[in-house]
Order: sequence, then C-alpha cells, then structure tokens
Amino acid sequence: MIVVLILAAAWTLFSRLGEASSLPSAVPPNPRTGFSAPDFTLETLEGDKLTLSELRGHPVLLNLWASWCLPCRVEMPAIERVYERHRGDGLVVVGMNVTSQDSEAAARAFAQEFGLTFPIVLDRDGGASARYEVMGLPSTYFIDRGGTIRNVIIGGPMSEAVMLSNVEELLQEP
Amino acid sequence: MLPFVRVGPLLVQLPGLALLAGVWIGTNFVEKEAIRLRLNATAILNLIVYGLIGGLVGARLLYALEHINAYSTAPLSLFALSTNALDASGGLLVGSAAALLYGRAKALPLRETLDALAPGLAVFMIASGVANFLSGHGYGSPLQAPWAIYLWGEYRHPTQIYETLLAVGVLFAWRFMPSASAGAGSRFWQVIGLSAAARLFTEAFHADSVITPGGLRLAQVVALLLLAAALYMGRRWAAAGAHAPETSAKRRRRAPALRGAGVGDARRKRLTPRATRRGE
Repeated sequence: MIVVLILAAAWTLFSRLGEASSLPSAVPPNPRTGFSAPDFTLETLEGDKLTLSELRGHPVLLNLWASWCLPCRVEMPAIERVYERHRGDGLVVVGMNVTSQDSEAAARAFAQEFGLTFPIVLDRDGGASARYEVMGLPSTYFIDRGGTIRNVIIGGPMSEAVMLSNVEELLQEP
Repeated sequence: MLPFVRVGPLLVQLPGLALLAGVWIGTNFVEKEAIRLRLNATAILNLIVYGLIGGLVGARLLYALEHINAYSTAPLSLFALSTNALDASGGLLVGSAAALLYGRAKALPLRETLDALAPGLAVFMIASGVANFLSGHGYGSPLQAPWAIYLWGEYRHPTQIYETLLAVGVLFAWRFMPSASAGAGSRFWQVIGLSAAARLFTEAFHADSVITPGGLRLAQVVALLLLAAALYMGRRWAAAGAHAPETSAKRRRRAPALRGAGVGDARRKRLTPRATRRGE
C-alpha cells in the first residue's frame, strides 16, 4: 500500500507543470474553450468593418445566428437585455449572421424586429462561420479580454442566467 | 470527434447520449450484481434514480448560488433545460446525500450496496471516456507518435482513448476480482482505487489540466487522495471479512427492505437475510 502511494505521488510530481500559464498559451486559434478565438473582419449591417481582434481588452459575447433559426429567435431578446445591462461595464456583444445560409434582408428585418442595438456582422461567404466550425445554430462564444475563448455553448436557447453568469465572470477579471 | 448530429430541426448532442447510455448499461450491471448479492434490486435501482435526481438538483442549485446575481435577475432560468449551468461538486454532494438518505430509509446495507454499485461506476467511466472522445474534451498534449490523433490543430495524445481503455480494464478487473473471500464493500473500493489510479496516470498527458499554485495537476491530486482512501478503506473492510454477522436488531431493521416490492416471490425467498440463513 505504501509503495503504491509513493509511486503514485512520484508520478504526480514527475508530471507537474512549472507554471499555470504554460498550458494553453501556445495553442493556435481554435473555436473551443481554452484556445484563441479565430479572428475575422466582417461588414456590419451599417456598412462598417468590425475586426474581432481589435476588441481585445473587452469581454466579448459572440453569437452566431440566422433568422430562420427558432432557438436564435427565442434567445435574442435575452442577449439584448444582457448587452444593455453590461455595455457600460465594457461588454461587447457581436451578433454574426450566417448570411451564407440566410439573406441580408432577413437579417436586417430580424435585427429591427428585436430592436438589437449591438453590432450585427454579415458572414456573406460563410468563411468566418467555417473558421468557427459551426455545427449548429445558435452558437455562442464567451471570449475574455485577452481573446481566449472561455466557454462555448452550441445550440439553444440559452437561459438569461447562463449568459449573465458567463458575462459577469469575464467582467470580474482584470 | 462528433459532438453533434442534426436530426431534422434537432441538434442531438452525442456526448450526452453516450453518458445516458452509460447510465442505462451501468444500471443493468448494478441490477444483476444486486440480485447476485441477494439485495433488494428494486430499492437499489430507486437509489440510483434518487441519486441522479438529487445530483441534478444539487448541481443546478450550487451553480445558481455561485452566480446569485444572474439568477436573481432571471430566476426562471433555474428550471432551464441546460447542461451548461451545472456545478459538478454540488451534484456529487447532493446526489450522494439523496442516495444515502434513501438507502437509510430503506435500510439497505451500506457495504453490500456499494459493492452492487461498483460495476455501474466502472461502466460510467467507460461512457465518460467515449463522451470525451466525441466532444473533444479532455484533449491531450502534443505528440509525435504513430498513435497520436489530430485534434484542435495538432497531433495529440489520444487521452480519451487511454481513459476509455483503462476504464474497460477496470471493468474487467472488477469482473474477475475474487469476490468470495473479499469483505463486503471491498470490491467497491477496488473499483474506486483502480479508477483513481487510471486517472492519475492519464492526467499526465492532458493539455487541459487545471493547475494548482504549485504546478500540480488538480485532477491528479484528487485522484491521489481517492487512491489513498480506497487503499485504506479497502484493506480495512476486507479485513472485516465477508459480511459481518448481524445483530437481531439489525436484522429486524433490514427486514422491510428485503421484502421489497417488484422482486417477485421466488426472488424474495432468496432475499432472506444471509445471517438468518446461517442460523445466527
């Protein structure tokens, strides 16, 4: 029994890591928790350009949606409420319409219907959503101030409390 | 890796299905083992159900307590069907407490019940490895070797496969463990100890470990403590020998559980307390 425990403790010490930061820092961009969020530059509904990497320093809630997606319609009002509640604290919400599977007119009508005040970007060629390896809509990514994805929620609708709890954790970090 | 399959308008989460399959298959193993140990199989299956329900409630409640601001803003979210708002430690605590209370209410013998649950635990560990393989969670560190798998942009240790294979090994070890001479409850601790040792080994190849301030991997520290507890308790319970004699008072308390419903007359006959049959 003692020998087993000594061997187990030795293996634990042997496989320890020097610093907590040595694990995920060197990983390439990847659309999953612990990796850098894949970058994109897309046009907004207003015609401006938005680049994700330029939002570093702000926690970002990135929501991929389409107007025909029922769970997207259900959760969108809650996303707007979370944005209104925390925009003053530095939260940025980006809604990415997967326009390659939707239409620009439908996306515009959707944004007007729900009175969305956060930026909506249009993924016309599907390139950005492909980099996020989207398997279903909605897909939501919680990205910290350093550009690392901290949580991914595929499918929906997300509850408002889940959005708030993820956002508030990001906001509490320096 | 195949985390989701679209079935019409539904997005089916395959890792969740793998875990459900693990619960179902594990429950079948538990039922067979309970019958073999001449326990009240119906009561033990109910204990699993109460444990799972308690676990879900506890996991959601602790998550909500940790994010009390969010839930006070949107209290109805407490009832949302979401697997993203659960705290595992709360689930383990409340689920275990619910199962323990039910077991006490039904006067289920602790050590024998734990023995009956042991194969279910081993099967669930296999399902957990498969679920991680499907979701891509618990991914390994980079590796250049013929058995490396390409995941998240790099060739990596197939940690999910390591875990699944070792869990299968634990199940086989349980199957072929000598049970006649072991003290009641010691097979449960054998499964716990082997599972902890397996996790302690495979965690070294993970790239997503939670690290403690000293640079130790948290899962290994927990596994080491579990292994120590399993070795200590396993030896202690094994030393007590198989099924310690019961007092007449204990036999009376167990009697209602052994008259469990749904077991059938023929089986009920076999459920007579062992101590009574021994003529003690």
